[in-house]
Amino acid sequence: MLDSYPDAPPRMGFFTDTSVCIGCKACEVACKEWNHVPEDGLSLSGMSYDNTVGLGADTWRHVAFIEERRPSESGGDLRWLMSSDVCKHCTHAACLDVCPTGSLFRTEFGTVVVQEDICNGCGYCIPACPYGVIDQRRGDGRAWKCTMCYDRLGSGMEPACAKACPTDSIQFGQLDELRGRAEGRVAELVEAGVADARLYGADPNDGVGGDGAFFLLLDEPEVYGLPPDPVVTTRDLPSMWRHVGAAAACMAGAAFAAFAGAAFGRAAR
Amino acid sequence: MTAQRWRGKRRVEQNMVPRAEFTSYYGKPILNKPVWASPDIPGYLFLGGLAGGSSLLAAGAQLTGRPVLGRIAKTGAFAGGALSMVALIHDLGRPARFLNMLRVFKVTSPMSVGSWLLAGYVPAAGTAAWSALTGRLPRLGAAATAGAALLGPGVAAYTAALISDTAVPAWHDGYPEMPFLFTGSGAMAAGGLGLLAAVAPAGGPAETAPARNLALLGAAMESAALERMEHRIGMVAEPYSEGRGGRYVKAGKLLAALGAAGAALSGRSRTVAATSGVALLAASAATRWGIFHAGLASADDPKYTVVPQRQRLAERAAAAGTGAVAGAVAGTGAVAGDPGTS
Repeated sequence: MLDSYPDAPPRMGFFTDTSVCIGCKACEVACKEWNHVPEDGLSLSGMSYDNTVGLGADTWRHVAFIEERRPSESGGDLRWLMSSDVCKHCTHAACLDVCPTGSLFRTEFGTVVVQEDICNGCGYCIPACPYGVIDQRRGDGRAWKCTMCYDRLGSGMEPACAKACPTDSIQFGQLDELRGRAEGRVAELVEAGVADARLYGADPNDGVGGDGAFFLLLDEPEVYGLPPDPVVTTRDLPSMWRHVGAAAACMAGAAFAAFAGAAFGRAAR
Repeated sequence: MTAQRWRGKRRVEQNMVPRAEFTSYYGKPILNKPVWASPDIPGYLFLGGLAGGSSLLAAGAQLTGRPVLGRIAKTGAFAGGALSMVALIHDLGRPARFLNMLRVFKVTSPMSVGSWLLAGYVPAAGTAAWSALTGRLPRLGAAATAGAALLGPGVAAYTAALISDTAVPAWHDGYPEMPFLFTGSGAMAAGGLGLLAAVAPAGGPAETAPARNLALLGAAMESAALERMEHRIGMVAEPYSEGRGGRYVKAGKLLAALGAAGAALSGRSRTVAATSGVALLAASAATRWGIFHAGLASADDPKYTVVPQRQRLAERAAAAGTGAVAGAVAGTGAVAGDPGTS
C-alpha cells in the first residue's frame, strides 16, 4: 500500500517520548498557530494541568497530565505523567477507509489527511477512529484533525509541534528510523530502573498495522486515555458484508414465504 | 459518578480481586462520540428498512394481483427511501456537498455503498409509486417495481454494516446479528404498513395476508437476532437494556409482541389488523432508536472500550502461555488522575 510508486518518499512519523515531556504545551500552541486551529473554549477542567481535555476538531495536540500516588525512590509519593497525544496516522486507518467522499486520503509521506474542500461533514470518520482523534468542528460542519503539517512536510520542514518541543519529547522523522531509536530508548530506561517504560503503537502487527505516530509510555495506555488494544473496524468489514448479503437474502426469502403462505391459505379456504 | 470510576483500580488493589474494573483518563471516553443526531440517523435506519421491505411487498403484490397492497407498499417504499435520503442529507455538516458522496465508490465505506444504492433505489421506487398511483406507463411501473425489489433488501441491510463498521463497541461487536436485526425490523415495518390496506375501501384480508405474514416473519427475525446479539456480546450489550437506549429497546419489544399478536389474531377484523400494523411500525422505529442511543452510550463510557480490549489482551497472553499481560491487568499501582478533593 505504501511506497507503491517509484521514488516515493519514505513514510514519516512521530515518536513521542513521554518520559521527557515537561508538560509545557508548546506543541499545542505551535499546532494551533501554524494550522490556524480556532480557539475552542478557555475553561478550567480541574484535571491537573490539562484544560484541553482530549483530541478533537480544534485540538490536534493534547497534553495529558496524570497525577499518580505511588511511592518513588526519589522521595515523595507523587508521580506526574505528561504525554502529548496526537493523531496516530494508522497504517490501516479506519477514518480513511469509511470516508464516503474520498476527502480523507493517504499522502505520499504515509500520513492521513482530510481535504477540507471535499469533506461534506457526514461524520462517519468520527466513530470509526478507535482512538477518538477526529471530530466535527462546531459551526463549520466538517471533520478536522492533525495533518502532520502536510504543508510543512512538502517543503522539507518538520511539523510545528516537533519544531516547538523544547525537550525533543516529540521527535519527527522516518518511521523506520524512529522505531529503532525508540527501542533503544526503552532499553536505556529499563536499564536505568524505569521498568514500566514501553512502546505503544510501534508494532506493525497490532490491530491497526502500527501507528505512524507512536509513543513511549510509562504506564498502561488507558491511563493516558489510549485504548489498550485498538483494532481497525474495517478488519471485520468483509465479514460484515457477507452477513449483510445473507440477511438481505433472508429478507427476500421471508417476502417469498409471506406470499406463498398467503396463496396456500387462500387455496386451503 | 466518574470519580467513582477512576477510583476503580485502587479498589482492585485493596481487594486483590480481579474484577472487571478498569482505568481511564479522568473517566473521559476514549472514543469521540458520533455526531449523528436524532431523529435524523435513527429515522434514516428505520425508513431504509421500511422502504426495502415495502419494495418486496410491492413486487409480490404486483405479481399476485393485489392492487391495494401494491399501491400502499409502493408509496411507502418511495416515501421511506426518499425521506431516508433526506434525513441523511439533513444530518450532514455540509448538506450542500451531499453529491460529494457520489464522487467515488468505496466498498470499504458502507456509507458510500449505501449512497449509490439509494441513488439507484429512490428513482426506481419513485417511478413504481408514480405509475401505481396514476395508472400511467404500467410496463415501466412494473420494471421499476422489480428494480426496487431487487435493491430493496440491500437498502434495508446496508445500514447494519454502516453502524457496525465503527469503533462504537455496542454496534461493532454486534455486527454478525445486526444485518438480520435490521432486515427483520424492516420486514416487520413493511408488513405493518401493508396491514393498513385492511382499512382501505377495496382492501381486506385477501389483500393483507402477505403483509401479515411478512410482519410476523420480520418480528420473529428481529427478536431472534436481538436476543442472540445481547447474549453473545456480554457486558457490551448493557446499553441495550439500560438507560435511554434500553428504554427504547424495551418499548420496541413490547410493541412488536402486541403488534404481532394482534396481526396474527386479527382474523377478519379490519380495525385490529390496521392497529396492529401501526404497532409494528412503531416497534421497528423504537428498536432503531434504541440501537442508536445504545451505541452512543457505549461510545461515551470508556468501560466498554477498555474492559473488552483488556480481556482480549489477557486471553491472548494466556494463549501464548505468558503471565506478562495478566500482571498488567492487575495493575502496577497506578491510579489515573487523582480524584483530589472533589
